[in-house]
Amino acid sequence: MSFDVQRVRAEFPILGRRIHGQALHYLDNAATSQTPEAVIDRVRRHERESRANVLRGVHTLAEEATNAYEAARATAARYVNAARPEEIVFTSGTTAAINLVANSFGESLRAGDEVVLSLLEHHSNIVPWHLLASRRGVVVKFLPVTEDGRIDTHALPALLTARTKLLALAHVSNVTGAVLDVRTVAALARERGIAVLIDGAQAVPHGPADVQALGVDFYAFSGHKMYAPNGIGVLWGRHERLAAMPPFLGGGSMIHAVTTAGTTPAEPPKRFEAGTPPIAQAIGLAAAMDWIRRHDAAAVEHHVQALTGRLLDGLGVIDRGRKRIRVMGPSGLQGRYPVVSFDVAGAHPHDICTLLDQSGVALRGGHHCAQPLMEHWGLAGTTRASLALYNDAGDVDAFLRGLDQALGRLL
Amino acid sequence: MSTDVYQAQVMALSKDESHAGSLPAPSASATVDNALCGDRVKIDLTVAEGRITDIRHHVRGCVLCKASAVAMSAAAIGRDAQELAAARQAVSAMLKEKAPAPGAPWTAYAAFSPVADYKSRHTCVLLAFDALQKALGMGR
Repeated sequence: MSFDVQRVRAEFPILGRRIHGQALHYLDNAATSQTPEAVIDRVRRHERESRANVLRGVHTLAEEATNAYEAARATAARYVNAARPEEIVFTSGTTAAINLVANSFGESLRAGDEVVLSLLEHHSNIVPWHLLASRRGVVVKFLPVTEDGRIDTHALPALLTARTKLLALAHVSNVTGAVLDVRTVAALARERGIAVLIDGAQAVPHGPADVQALGVDFYAFSGHKMYAPNGIGVLWGRHERLAAMPPFLGGGSMIHAVTTAGTTPAEPPKRFEAGTPPIAQAIGLAAAMDWIRRHDAAAVEHHVQALTGRLLDGLGVIDRGRKRIRVMGPSGLQGRYPVVSFDVAGAHPHDICTLLDQSGVALRGGHHCAQPLMEHWGLAGTTRASLALYNDAGDVDAFLRGLDQALGRLL
Repeated sequence: MSTDVYQAQVMALSKDESHAGSLPAPSASATVDNALCGDRVKIDLTVAEGRITDIRHHVRGCVLCKASAVAMSAAAIGRDAQELAAARQAVSAMLKEKAPAPGAPWTAYAAFSPVADYKSRHTCVLLAFDALQKALGMGR
């Protein structure tokens, strides 16, 4: 098992930047991760050598672009272990993927049907369902969270009814880092004929998913959190689900035929990819997936877990037993990914983030697009440090040192 | 001039309790939220002959938000809506265009000028003004 973090860091040109005269310590990876040279080079090569629209032209560049775009689909299919590439729908990101399901699968729901979410969902997995509720009278229900910031799956059986049609949950919380036991939840839903959508945005940056083993119906994620360009995401959908769904957006590419009398939609995935897709971004996503898979997954996990432990331990040291710092999520390393949110009594997250920025440390403060969770906790927001495989002990130590100094000024 | 966002004057203002709380019989009140971070400012006012005669603020927010509410409240008493709109405009220009800090009675805002480099924090400074203008029915 080997993982040379310094060698990995050298692949990320942005990590050489200085911020306010300080070395950059980038700990906002749950918002957007940085991009390695391999991905930048692949996108640049496409734009310089093969830029053209896809699925239309017959000239050489169009053929090359189409081949690369469809190869990217095959790569994404392998990354999540889809049964076939046609189950991969490229979108602009997780938000667009979930909106696609809410608008298309949502067409099959009637007033009084129920969609079950959880209190810790990102707004991108709440608002589309609220909008569907407004349009069609669907009822949105919320699973509670446990004290350590996990979805309380024990409450699920009692929440499900004969009207429950969809369970839509985060694989990994973007606030607490807690990992959901998707297989167990999906099995429970499947017994009752309930479809399952998983927001995998915070899961897939840390390694491939296996949608078949998870037993879900839809799996959504974004490229920009997994070392890929912005503007690309994936909706994986079980083929029979996608085949039964109507188009969401209309336009070029998504049709089988158009006459003055009407439109016959194409088969999935084209049915859901109206207009010119994000071609270079999809190619970049595939490059990022290949790049992630080049690393020893167990070694990466060990590295990131060690850093997460260092960070959690360091918060305890800074607090010095005063109980001012509260980790809002799992306190240990079991069942969590490297996303650590915390509240400091008397210090505002944005003040902490601004002061740490002056030390070169990039964090996220605020409600993290999870206002129902913040409301549940009685907080306006939290401060969040989130790690990627290129982070090292120096990043964590700079964060801890900066936080200690910031709290010295603010408290 | 200091480039420190958290210079001593701002920190002192943020811990100043002047005009904190609520008025027993306000003639106008308004609450505004910062959608970015969930911060909230509530302003109570009494107004006579078009001028503010008393003001209280309640802030759930950051150092900048609290400090601005204190600075604004101290200067707002005796001002009319037009003067308050001009003051907000001057503070906004200081942040967004790096214009000179506003003159008396708003000189305390000079301490906020380093915030100009942090676009995401401009709203923190302006939120109290927005609550005040909403209370005065000026539409923010």
